[in-house]
Amino acid sequence: MSSSTAIAPVSSRTDLQSAGAANGSEEQYVTFTVGSEEYGVNILAVREIRGWTPESRLPNLPDYVRGVINLRGIIIPIFDLRARFGGGPTQVTKRHVVVVMQVGERTRGILVDAISDILAIGHDAIKPPPDVDSGLIDAEYLSGLYTAENRMVTLLNVGKLFAGEHVDQDAVPRAALETT
Amino acid sequence: MDDLSRFKQTYFDESAELLAVAEAGLLRLAPGEIDMDEVNAIFRAVHSIKGGGGAFGFNDLVAFAHEFETVMDGVRNAEIPVTTRLVDTLIRANDVLARLLAHAADETEAPAGTTDDTVTALRRFLGRAEEPADEPAIPPPATLHPDDEDDEAGIFGDALAAIQAARDDPPPPPISGATPDGKIRWTIVFRPKAELLLSGNEPTYMLRALRRLGEAEVVCHLDKLPSLRDLDAELLHLSWTVTLLADPQVDRARIDDVFEFVADDCDIRISAEAPPPAVIPPAEPAPVFQTAPVPTAPAAPPSTPAATTSGSAKPGDGAKRTNGAAAGGDHAGPATHTIRVDLDKIDRLVNMVGEMVITQAMIAEHLRDLPPGQFQELLEGLESLAQHTRELRESVMSIRAQPVSSVFSRMPRLVRECAAVTGKEVMLVTTGETTEVDKTVVENLVDPLTHMIRNSIDHGLEGPEERERVGKPRAGTVHLSAAHRSGRIVIEVTDDGRGINRAKVLSKAIEKGLVQPGSSLSDEEIDNLIFLPGFSTADQVSNLSGRGVGMDVVRRNISSLGGRIGVYSTPGEGSRFVLSLPLTLAVLDGMVISVGEERFVLPLTNIVESLRPKPADLHGLVNKCDVMMARGEYVRLVHLHRLFGIPKAIDDATRGLVVLVETEDGSRLGLVVDEVLGQQQVVIKSLEANFRRLDGVAAATILGDGRVALILDVAGLREMSRHGGGANASGGATPPSPSLPAPADRSDQRQRQTV
Repeated sequence: MSSSTAIAPVSSRTDLQSAGAANGSEEQYVTFTVGSEEYGVNILAVREIRGWTPESRLPNLPDYVRGVINLRGIIIPIFDLRARFGGGPTQVTKRHVVVVMQVGERTRGILVDAISDILAIGHDAIKPPPDVDSGLIDAEYLSGLYTAENRMVTLLNVGKLFAGEHVDQDAVPRAALETT
Repeated sequence: MDDLSRFKQTYFDESAELLAVAEAGLLRLAPGEIDMDEVNAIFRAVHSIKGGGGAFGFNDLVAFAHEFETVMDGVRNAEIPVTTRLVDTLIRANDVLARLLAHAADETEAPAGTTDDTVTALRRFLGRAEEPADEPAIPPPATLHPDDEDDEAGIFGDALAAIQAARDDPPPPPISGATPDGKIRWTIVFRPKAELLLSGNEPTYMLRALRRLGEAEVVCHLDKLPSLRDLDAELLHLSWTVTLLADPQVDRARIDDVFEFVADDCDIRISAEAPPPAVIPPAEPAPVFQTAPVPTAPAAPPSTPAATTSGSAKPGDGAKRTNGAAAGGDHAGPATHTIRVDLDKIDRLVNMVGEMVITQAMIAEHLRDLPPGQFQELLEGLESLAQHTRELRESVMSIRAQPVSSVFSRMPRLVRECAAVTGKEVMLVTTGETTEVDKTVVENLVDPLTHMIRNSIDHGLEGPEERERVGKPRAGTVHLSAAHRSGRIVIEVTDDGRGINRAKVLSKAIEKGLVQPGSSLSDEEIDNLIFLPGFSTADQVSNLSGRGVGMDVVRRNISSLGGRIGVYSTPGEGSRFVLSLPLTLAVLDGMVISVGEERFVLPLTNIVESLRPKPADLHGLVNKCDVMMARGEYVRLVHLHRLFGIPKAIDDATRGLVVLVETEDGSRLGLVVDEVLGQQQVVIKSLEANFRRLDGVAAATILGDGRVALILDVAGLREMSRHGGGANASGGATPPSPSLPAPADRSDQRQRQTV
């Protein structure tokens, strides 16, 4: 559980969301659910959405790194969004979905419960995330909040969400070892 | 800008090839038997490098290449005799050229004086060739280009006279009167295109070359010269008519040669004897020759009397060379049907074929579940698909394959140098140069082979006197061979020297603390000590070897390629080093193992054997670190599931399996796994491309069912089990050999545990 705080947030990645949002025009977001919460990512970052296929586990990594899958010949890591937000590992069923995203040079998948919508969101309609206790959630990877028909959609900054995963090579496994 | 740098890159790529061509040619060049084709190839290579360099403005390089080329030209005109010293100098010049190219590629300035010595040496040959009697060996000062200067004075002196003449009257007919006895009069009209200079060609040089063929009178035509206002200094506005009085030995081909590289960029007419003796109105010289049938330097048969060739140029050479020139001044002699393909494209192809292999395996796996006898056609179709896939994969892999000759061909040079430094006489024999292996493997072979051959000459071979004393031929032989053997390439370096001095090796190893004193090692074990880091028997550190950074580096390089190295030595008769390497780095022979629900691939090269130990074979060491007795040795057990934190795996080695693995330095480890599923060729996939490197994992692959399996890195696993992972597994177990900082040698380890 404590593993989520063990990640040093590194902010060197290119930021697709804020770059797109800066010009003030409408942008499309793919939204999906994890438990009762709804999240959105910029549609430009999404390469494809695919059904769950069993992953191969990777040793000595935090529980939100589910493993790797074969995406037509390239090997991509799958991250469990629920586990990333401290909800424990997802018990996957056939209905779970992987959102394959292009983050910079890298392709990676995030495991979510279901796709819910595609929303066109104007820049003005995005509200900044409130001050949250940084001990609980890293506000870094939230790029804003949006209200759609009484639902709150949390817009994610994909670039920062898993930024620690490749830059900080040594810290993660050490942390993983400590938790076991 | 981008385009320019791309062209530059192409130029550097090509230059590298050309340098290799030149070097190979130079190495074959020996006094006595001069192959003119070879000499021409070298000349063309240097000239092409110069030409391209000119286009990019690498002035140092062009100036130097020019000197080089001039000497080569002398050689090919048989003006400079081929001597060993000449060849040495030319090889040195080739090196300097390579260095200049490297500087140009890095966009750095070559240090001043890089070329001085070599230029001086080159000019020495020239001086001797041009003024054999007058000034035999006084090298011209290495500052300017004195020989250029006086030559240019001659050529442009003519031109200036022509300018004068063009203003007033038509010039007097050149070299009037009858042709002197035994001479042939050639008339050459040379009208270069304006862009000639842009491609780095230099007409001065061609005119000079013509002058060397005989008595030449050069008339420069200025009719195309624009007014000063319109003059573009980058373009060439001059044309020339040369009347050449030459000996009959000078045939058409020799003259064609002069214009070899510019045949496409100019209008050349060459006619012999029977003159309308050069009444060429300089204002419009072209119409007179309008009757000439072929517009550019034609591949016409060598014209009339000069056909009596002697010595240097063979008949037909001219035609062949003009073809070469027509192909854009390329160095290629005979046309080879090849294309240059971006390596990325091939990699993509290899990748896709890998996918196909996986998909096909997947289909096959599903079809196995079908009720038998019902889908006969489908099964047959799949069978032939499998066949085609296999063939496709082999041919795609063969695209990446290169003959090892590209590496072997560098070795004569090395042997030559080593022999010179050590004062030994060495003969290099190579066999199997055509053996093909993946490009990446070929590229990674250079360093290990260099080390090994150096080692053989420096340590293996005796000096000539010593050899004579023991009844061997004075010259030692180093035999380099390559062959395919059971899906791998085997490269051997054999010498007929004194063999490994085991007593000396052992005492050195004890002295350096690599082996415990008093330990008894087998001959084979002693031989293998030479692969230990920091080991060297040379009493004195020479330039060549002896710093103890040789053979361990070789072994590390080889094993990073998935290969192994062995040494076999007979005292007094010589040593044999045997390298065995995979044919490609894209595919790996692996053993699929399972641990819990996970499957992993172990590289086959690491596996010694797999066995199920009896309870009596297992022993607990302090802190639960288990060891196992296997074939008379104690081996440390590593539970993969503990190391990787895999649930639902077999912990008891007597119920699972132990795979005995050996790392590159020979130390063994027993991996405890659930099951060994079978041997399989797997396509190596990068984990780092989208994720990152993981400890104990070399790469990943995709198995027949489409799932990813990790390829294990045995050396990494050993490290993990000693440090962090070991702590994870067994609460801070001390590795059995804590005092050894470097990778433990097997014999050493045994020593420690049995004592």
